[in-house]
Amino acid sequence: MGGTLKNLTHLDRLEAESMHIMREVVADAERPVMLYSVGKDSAVMLHLAMKAFYPSKPPFPLLHVDTTWKFKEMIEFRDRRATETGLELLVHSNQEGIDAGIGPFTHGSALHTDVMKTAALKQALDKYKFDIAFGGARRDEEKSRAKERICSFRTAEHRWDPKNQRPELWNLYNTRIRQGESIRVFPLSNWTELDIWQYIRRENIDIVPLYYSAKRPVVEWEGTQIMVDDDRVPEELRKTAVEKSVRFRTLGCYPLTGAVESEADTLEEIIQEMLLTKSSERQGRVIDRDQSGSMEKKKQEGYF
Amino acid sequence: MSDQNSLLETDIRGYLEAHENKSLLRFITCGSVDDGKSTLIGRMLYDSKMIFEDQLDALESDSKRVGTQGENIDFALLVDGLTAEREQGITIDVAYRFFSTDKRKFIVADTPGHVQYTRNMATGASTADLAILLIDARRGVLEQTRRHAFIASSLGIRKLVLAINKMDLQNYEQSVFDDIESDFIEFAEELATGIEIQAIPMSALEGTNITTKSDKTPWYDGPSLMEYLETVPVDDDRLNAPFRLPVQYVNRPNLDFRGFSGQIPSGTVKVGDRVKTLPSAKETTVTRILSGDEDVQEAMAGESVTVCFADEVDTSRGDLICTAESPAQVADQFQARIFWMADDKMLPGRRYLMKIGSKTVTAQVNETKYRIEMSDLQDRPARDLSLNEVGVCTLSLDQAIPFDPYNEIRETGGFILIDRLNNNTVGMGMIDFALRRAGNIHWQSVDVNKEAHSAQKNQKPTVLWFTGLSGSGKSTIANALQKRLYSIDRHTYLLDGDNVRHGLNRDLGFTDADRVENIRRVSEVSKLMVDAGLITLVSFISPFRSERRMARNMVEDGEFVEVFVNTPLNVAEQRDVKGLYKRAREGKIKNFTGIDSPYEPPTEPEIEIDTTKVSADEAAEIIVDWMKERGMLG
Repeated sequence: MGGTLKNLTHLDRLEAESMHIMREVVADAERPVMLYSVGKDSAVMLHLAMKAFYPSKPPFPLLHVDTTWKFKEMIEFRDRRATETGLELLVHSNQEGIDAGIGPFTHGSALHTDVMKTAALKQALDKYKFDIAFGGARRDEEKSRAKERICSFRTAEHRWDPKNQRPELWNLYNTRIRQGESIRVFPLSNWTELDIWQYIRRENIDIVPLYYSAKRPVVEWEGTQIMVDDDRVPEELRKTAVEKSVRFRTLGCYPLTGAVESEADTLEEIIQEMLLTKSSERQGRVIDRDQSGSMEKKKQEGYF
Repeated sequence: MSDQNSLLETDIRGYLEAHENKSLLRFITCGSVDDGKSTLIGRMLYDSKMIFEDQLDALESDSKRVGTQGENIDFALLVDGLTAEREQGITIDVAYRFFSTDKRKFIVADTPGHVQYTRNMATGASTADLAILLIDARRGVLEQTRRHAFIASSLGIRKLVLAINKMDLQNYEQSVFDDIESDFIEFAEELATGIEIQAIPMSALEGTNITTKSDKTPWYDGPSLMEYLETVPVDDDRLNAPFRLPVQYVNRPNLDFRGFSGQIPSGTVKVGDRVKTLPSAKETTVTRILSGDEDVQEAMAGESVTVCFADEVDTSRGDLICTAESPAQVADQFQARIFWMADDKMLPGRRYLMKIGSKTVTAQVNETKYRIEMSDLQDRPARDLSLNEVGVCTLSLDQAIPFDPYNEIRETGGFILIDRLNNNTVGMGMIDFALRRAGNIHWQSVDVNKEAHSAQKNQKPTVLWFTGLSGSGKSTIANALQKRLYSIDRHTYLLDGDNVRHGLNRDLGFTDADRVENIRRVSEVSKLMVDAGLITLVSFISPFRSERRMARNMVEDGEFVEVFVNTPLNVAEQRDVKGLYKRAREGKIKNFTGIDSPYEPPTEPEIEIDTTKVSADEAAEIIVDWMKERGMLG
């Protein structure tokens, strides 16, 4: 019987699994939302959602937690993709944090992330009363994520209790929750960084140009090369800016995202470079190196 | 690996084309840390170059600092050694790891091997195509090995790799290997049929027979572990099984399109195929298949698709689309194997939610036929199931569902049980077969019905359910109320815990399982009395919320009135009318509610009586007023 059919490849299977998860969770949800961070994983997740519900539109809005320190190109890309897909885009920033002038240069990465990202996300989820939030996290990103479930349960206070997570059997997901509780759902759990890039290539998925190498002004800050994206970079530091061919392996707040020197300006070259350079993608993130087990701690506090 | 690397450097496009067409294999590794499981997984990750430089640096420094291999790399540190996690108590879990070679991507479910972790192994095995059973060559087939093999085969895994590890410590003696292999094969014959076993002699530490065949075992003519994993066929069974599609989602963007979305667990489907939707059993023809946003002519097991029909067949989430030639069965009573995964015991009579495919129904375990002792595969008598126990049970559902026996199709025969109060996943089950009894029981429809009975008595039939601690005053209040209702010509009956235990329930004791059965029977009796038009007073400690909810669900909305007789434990104990608290405190009565067995107070009782403030007669008057206000007394 199977003779006439092509064999399913690993990408086909990952795609089918992610679509299954999204449909299953949405079917029982009251107010689902997709956390859209504008990065490559979000791009893949959005692409999968468009497929899973075609010819309908995905029955949920996109939510971007804007720390106000994202790269300008990310914001342009975000708005363009929302228009192209026709999905509702919700943007939330922590107004208290903005009023208090919180930023990475003045308050450090930990406090900035805590206020402008973690607290802002909780505010947004409370404001719109979302019960399901899709996120693009993968199990291969970091050791502590290897045990993360596809459906991760949070209390009404958004806390993650490691001892109170449910076993996931077959492809059956138990998404029953009580009033006020919520679930973070990770449809890309079983994808690796390489799978993501291969799928972007196969499906011709649009990604933020910052992933490709180009001449960009960079400065050295806290041991990392960061891009001068606007004039909020302290003037002393800005004076030291030099033009270099750089690109980014992950995208976040521009002062917290390390640039890598590179000439890779095609997808193939990016993948080649990734496979040959052999340093894990999260290495460029300032937040992970703050303290050991920091991701575990962040997760319990409600950060992704 | 080196060929791959040169291709990577010189011809990235060629490299990517090759890697895009890889297949996927999911497997589970079973064994304890001592068997070298972590070392084996770490070695596979390392050899397939899935470790980045920053991780490798950390590994090298950790190896020197805390490793067990002197100056050499301790591969085990790659996958365990997360001491912080262990302190937090979350190692009792399944970790998923990923690596790939030229031919395949692998998803590894890595589970701890101790007895108490059966739950985790079953979780990992539920999605695995293959299991690697680690055996320490010095110790041979252990009870734990048998347990792992039993779980893997129960969950439907038909390919087992017997990884006979630490052969370096046995000087790579062939006889050691042969003895262990034949020992295991003898045991495996008692497991399910059709299991393929591949035994491989290896040393994860030295890398023997992991990626390539080693000359240290010239007597071994089988494949290396990686050779086997890269080439073992998967999915044949699924493709050859009949077509099924559990409907997850009805896609209806406009009046012109109506599609049914789901992931195909088995078989293939083509445009033009005749299909049958269950449980409605209507037949139609497939007119369109969408794989994502593309129209395709056919689709196969593993794909997530959306299909359209030629006719308007009523189909919704939870239904099962089948090939018309060989549809699934439909039934509401089953025999199933159940793995229990919660700290609270599985109790016969208690109702759980059951999720199978995309369908969720209410299920009740009727009877535990026996428990299976995993180490020797022998049956043991049992009434209930505790955490990590496996039993064969009969179940009845509140509605008929489509299904296949689990050993034919996993996804349409496997289910989870969910606790209705805390929403946790408490068990997993695999349907063996349907029980046909249910089809023969038909409710008699009678003309003199509940309405007629209650009209005759000029009252609304009701269950007044008195719950509270022993000695709280339930029976005293219920008695007072019954007299009061009799005095105004109302028709009542009082079911009292003590009295019923002398008759109908005299075979029951005070274990949790018996308490549940006790309440179930009384609930059934009160349901019959409500049917007869009576105001039924039930005076039972009934300590568990879920049983009181069960009683409530048996009658119609508004017919159940929960009366919480709220007396603090110290007051009840002080009264101690029957002298029971004293005896319980002395240890002469076991499982006494409030002392060594819990009481779960109602969260939203219709009526709450504080016996420290009102007398029994006053309480009866409060209840009569409550009923009058609601028109229950005509």
